Amino acid sequence: MFEAVAFYLFAFLTISMFYITVTTSQALYALTALAAGMIFISAFFFILGADFLGAVQIIVYTGAVMAIYAFGMMFFDSTRSVREKQGNKYIISGLAILSAVLVVLIFAAPMISTNMTAFYPSIEGAGNTQEVGMVLFTKYLIPFEVAAVMLLVAMIAGIVLAGKKMDLSLTLMNQAEIDEIKKEQDKKVLS
Amino acid sequence: MDTAYLVETVIKVVVILLVFSALAGFGTYFERKILAFMQRRLGPMNVGPYGLLQIAADGIKLFTKEDIIPTGVVATIFKLAPVITAATAFMAAAAIPFLPSFTIFGYTVHPIVADVNIGILYVMGVMAIGLYGPLLGGMASANKFSLISAARAAAVFISYEVVTGLAILAPIMMVGSLSLIDFNEYQAGGIGDWIVWSQPVAFILFWIAAFAETGRTPFHLIANDHEIIDGFGTEYSGMRWGLFFIGEYANMFFISFVIPLVFLGGYGDGSFLGALALLGKMAFFFFFFLWTRAAWPDVRPDQLMWLCWKVLMPIAVINVVITGFVMMF
Repeated sequence: MFEAVAFYLFAFLTISMFYITVTTSQALYALTALAAGMIFISAFFFILGADFLGAVQIIVYTGAVMAIYAFGMMFFDSTRSVREKQGNKYIISGLAILSAVLVVLIFAAPMISTNMTAFYPSIEGAGNTQEVGMVLFTKYLIPFEVAAVMLLVAMIAGIVLAGKKMDLSLTLMNQAEIDEIKKEQDKKVLS
Repeated sequence: MDTAYLVETVIKVVVILLVFSALAGFGTYFERKILAFMQRRLGPMNVGPYGLLQIAADGIKLFTKEDIIPTGVVATIFKLAPVITAATAFMAAAAIPFLPSFTIFGYTVHPIVADVNIGILYVMGVMAIGLYGPLLGGMASANKFSLISAARAAAVFISYEVVTGLAILAPIMMVGSLSLIDFNEYQAGGIGDWIVWSQPVAFILFWIAAFAETGRTPFHLIANDHEIIDGFGTEYSGMRWGLFFIGEYANMFFISFVIPLVFLGGYGDGSFLGALALLGKMAFFFFFFLWTRAAWPDVRPDQLMWLCWKVLMPIAVINVVITGFVMMF
C-alpha cells in the first residue's frame, strides 16, 4: 500500500513540477520547478529498488540544473518575468499532445505484446551498485567508452574556447599595455 | 511492513530532528564561546550562568520577530529557500548511523533511520541539494549583494562537488560498498584498520571539501560579512533567517559524523566505549570547524575554484588511479 501511495504522490508532484516549468514565464520558477521535478523522479528509482540510480539521479541533476541557474543569472533579471513570443497556441499544444501519445505508444507497445525478456537476469547476491557495474562493463562497454571519449572532447573544446588570452592579467599590466590592447581591439572592430 | 517498524522509524525521525535542532542552537553558543576564548574575550556572559541561556534568548528573539517579505522579491521562492536548506540537512541524516545498535527493554534498536545500501552516496547527494537554499534565496531577493552571493554559491557547488566525489571514491573501492555501516565493519578491528592510514590523501581532500560543503571559514565566501553584507541572508528576518542557521549547523554536525565513520573507524566494534569514541571524534571535527574560523582568513571565489579544479581534483584523480593499481596487483 505504501508503494502505491508513494507512487501516486510522486507522479502527481513530478508532473505538476514539469507543468510549471513549461508554462511559467518567470525564469526562477521554471528553474526551481525543473530541479524539483528532476529530484522527485529519483523517488521512482527508490520505489523500484534501484537505490544506486536514484542517488545518481539526485547528484547528477542537482549539478546540471545548478549550471543552468548560472546561465539564467547571466541572461535574465531573475526577479522579473520574461516576455515570450507566443506562436499559434493550437499548433503548439496539438504537437505536444501528439508527441506525448507517440512516446507512450513506443514504450507501451512491447509491454502489451508481452514478449519482453531480460537479457541479463539479476545476479543472486550481487548488490544494486555491483549489478549496474556488471552490465555497464559487459553489454554496454562500447557506449560507455564512446560517452567517455565524447566527454573528453567536450572538455578539451571547453578549455580551448575559454582559455584564450588566459595568460593575460589586466591587474598586472600597466596602463600603456592596456591601451595597446584596446587599440588593437578597436582596429579589429573598425576593419 | 509491520506496525512496530513504522512506530520505531517515526520515533527515530522525531528524536533526530529534536536532538539536532537543539544541537544547532548549542552550536552557535559553542562557536561564540570558543571564538571568544581564542581571541581573549569572554563571549556571551550575561544571560544565565556563563551565558548558557543566551540560546533561549536568541530562540525567543528569532521566533517572535516579524517575518518581513520585502516588495520586489519573488515571494514563493523567497519563502521556500530557507526551508530547503534546513530540510535537506535533516534528510541527509537518514542514512547516517549515529551510534552502534543497542538493546533497550529487550528490543534491539539500530540508531539509523534507513540502512540503504548506498548510504554515503545518498548523504553526499542530499547535502549537495542544501546549497540550493543560498542560491534560490540569493536570486529571489532582488538585492545585488544577494545576487553576488547566489553566483558564488553556484561557483562553490560546481567546484567542491567533484573533489568530494573523487576523494570518497578511493575508500569506496577498498571497502567495496557504499553503506556507512559496511565502512564501519571494515574498520572494526581497531586503530590499525582505519582507512585513514591507507588513504591519507583522500582523508585530507574530503576534509577540505567538507569546509566548502558546509560553507565554513576558509570557504565562507557565500555569506562573507565584510564583503557582501550577509549574502543570501541580507533580506531575511526572523525564523526564516534562523532556518538557514539551523541548516548550516546541522550540516556541520552531520559531516562531522560522516568523516569519522568513513575514515577514522566510526564506532568500532560497537561497544559502549566505541560509541563514546565516535561522539568524541565528532566533537573534535566540530571543534576544528570553529578553530579554523578563528585561525584562518577567507579565500576569494577565484582562489577557491583554482584550488578545487587545478590542485585538489588532479591529486584526487591520481589517488584513485594509484589505489586502483595497488588493488589490482
